[in-house]
Amino acid sequence: MYRIIEKKDLSSTIKLMRIAAPEIAKKAQAGQFVILRIHNHGERIPMTIADYDRVQGTITIVFQVVGKSTEELATLKEGDSILNFLGPLGQPSEIKNYGKAVCIGGGVGVAPIYPIARSLHEAGNKVISIIGARNDKMLFYKEEMNSVSEHLHIVTDDGSRGKQGLVTDILCDLLESGEQIDLVFAIGPVPMMRAVAELTRGYGIKTFVSLNPIMVDGTGMCGGCRVSVGETSKFACIDGPDFDAHQVDFDQLLERQKMYCQEEQDSKEHWHQCNCRG
Amino acid sequence: MTTKKTRKKTREVMQTQQPKVRVHNFDEVALGYTEEQAVAEAERCLNCKKKPCSNGCPVGVDIPGFIELIREKDFLGAAKKIKESNNLPAICGRVCPQEEQCEKNCILGKKGEPLAIGRLERFVADRERECGVEMPPLPEPQDKKVAVVGSGPAGLTVAADLAKLGYGVTMFEALHDPGGVLIYGIPQFRLPKEIVKGEIDYIQGLGVDLKVDSLIGRIQSVDELLADGYDAIFIGTGAGLPNFMDIPGENLNGVYSANEFLTRTNLMKAYQFPEYDTPIKVGKRTAVIGGGNVAMDSARCALRLGAKEVYIIYRRSEKEMPARAEEIEHAVEEGVKLKLLCAPTRIIGEDGWVKALECINFELGEADESGRRRPVPIKGSEFIMEMDTVVMAIGNSPNPLISQTTPDLKTGWRGVLVADPETGLTTKPGVYAGGDIVTGAATVISAMGAGKKAAAAIDRYLKGDS
Repeated sequence: MYRIIEKKDLSSTIKLMRIAAPEIAKKAQAGQFVILRIHNHGERIPMTIADYDRVQGTITIVFQVVGKSTEELATLKEGDSILNFLGPLGQPSEIKNYGKAVCIGGGVGVAPIYPIARSLHEAGNKVISIIGARNDKMLFYKEEMNSVSEHLHIVTDDGSRGKQGLVTDILCDLLESGEQIDLVFAIGPVPMMRAVAELTRGYGIKTFVSLNPIMVDGTGMCGGCRVSVGETSKFACIDGPDFDAHQVDFDQLLERQKMYCQEEQDSKEHWHQCNCRG
Repeated sequence: MTTKKTRKKTREVMQTQQPKVRVHNFDEVALGYTEEQAVAEAERCLNCKKKPCSNGCPVGVDIPGFIELIREKDFLGAAKKIKESNNLPAICGRVCPQEEQCEKNCILGKKGEPLAIGRLERFVADRERECGVEMPPLPEPQDKKVAVVGSGPAGLTVAADLAKLGYGVTMFEALHDPGGVLIYGIPQFRLPKEIVKGEIDYIQGLGVDLKVDSLIGRIQSVDELLADGYDAIFIGTGAGLPNFMDIPGENLNGVYSANEFLTRTNLMKAYQFPEYDTPIKVGKRTAVIGGGNVAMDSARCALRLGAKEVYIIYRRSEKEMPARAEEIEHAVEEGVKLKLLCAPTRIIGEDGWVKALECINFELGEADESGRRRPVPIKGSEFIMEMDTVVMAIGNSPNPLISQTTPDLKTGWRGVLVADPETGLTTKPGVYAGGDIVTGAATVISAMGAGKKAAAAIDRYLKGDS
């Protein structure tokens, strides 16, 4: 069992949990993920590591309440425990001194971009960060991102904080200003990552994205997380989750993420009914 | 039920659930022998001095010995006799290919049906479990520690054998439940998970410490385990990486690897969705590509999950199918259709989903290096089958994580670990391996056989004998 040491609401639907997992915390690196299972009947949920504390022995996850499992996870409180917590999984992000790196986080993707931005910063890169959300209330990790960035750009869909628009608007400005950019790292919704990839392709800037396709075991066993990268099919769990954005077939990824739409709905309804009865 | 002087030429028939009934549930298909049947079957044994049956057993069970105890109705004694050399009898009694091993060597088979050794093994193991398993006396604990990586058939065997010798054994499992392929792969209706759990409880009862959620290669490397004070390591991580055909359309929604299809169904209990959270998608028509036991298991799961038509698509003929005859027979009885001498050439999609499968017919040519006649495609014979789900059951490769993170472990074809077949010793001192990670995908019992040899070799190594 893995105890929840801290729980915070980053917004009404985005939650942060710090979980005691000393062995994982010892090994975790930026870009890796964990798989958790709340209880015996639960599904295996992959979550990118949002932070790790080797001294305190904790792993931080940040998630948005979207389906049954995340809704149920959000009902847990500090002091409660999670049944299974496996990690660190996947290849760590390729951290080195590239020169100038732009880190882009959209929505809940701001959480996993943070340890990457921090690691890039520690590796000597000049980090420019762009974070975006629907509105000010959905925005989090402003302080954290600011502390590891030379410049932090904030955008919201409605303009309630920072500039109104999309993260790609800022990226576009940066690119057009002729600024020398050596690396772009983007994590967020698939359409956002696709848009970033399309923008940087023309400039030939190395661009990484972190993918979160549907997966079961997270150790290479099921192949459910396969994504087309260039000419080949890769398993995001062991070959990724980071991939060269210019090689990823984002359209296919979008389709694959919809595979269980109906079942996700059914599962949620079933759970709500049970909870009403119970 | 009296003993006849002339021996029956045919074996006692084991009751099974009727195909029309069982296709709607995940309960066990084969129902096992009654006590009377077990004794009557045991009466058929000739008790040959040379024990040809035992010679056919990869773990060397004293078969005539336990059969004799059944005849004497000492069922618990019979179970103990088996457990002297086999730690997982309830599992082996169900999934071993006995017809290729012990039963193949049975003298009775020359003039009639061989003794039903597997069914008798299953009977005594089940009887013992019902009565409550008695733990063997444990020896004095030794001060040496062994890490076992992977809790499938090979790892369980090594862990049990070394624990019985008094070593401190820690078994690491990446998934949330132990058992490897016994738990994620082989379906409930062939090997109930309660049975697997019972056998693993026994092994834990021997003092084996089990750590689930522990992926070696990530949370700790093999070298770190050695530095951590483990005196020897056994790697039994299996062949977990699913192969795909590399044909167009394989990443469409509705295409599964057999591993994923079976893991969702068995380990995650998708057949009880939404009581269990993990879903699975099976439309009206399912095609399973491949001809092994995994293909049969997938096809039979698909039927039980509600598919109306299920096809096994295999490029050779039925004779060449690697699946056990009994598994093919059960699948066909349940309504699985065999589409032989053909293979898919592409998967056709619509809006991201599987719509149809294009296949090509084959004919059998000359024998290839495996001794089986090589299938040759017939030009222009392509045809299209409407399909909702496609399951690729064309084999697995070893997971590369351990070899990637342990530089001095040598690997061979497709990434299998190089190990001495007699001892399991790898190219790294103190590190042993066995099962599918060494041989590529094979059987439960051959993995157990490799585990047995490795456990003996580890014991010798730790005593300084070799």
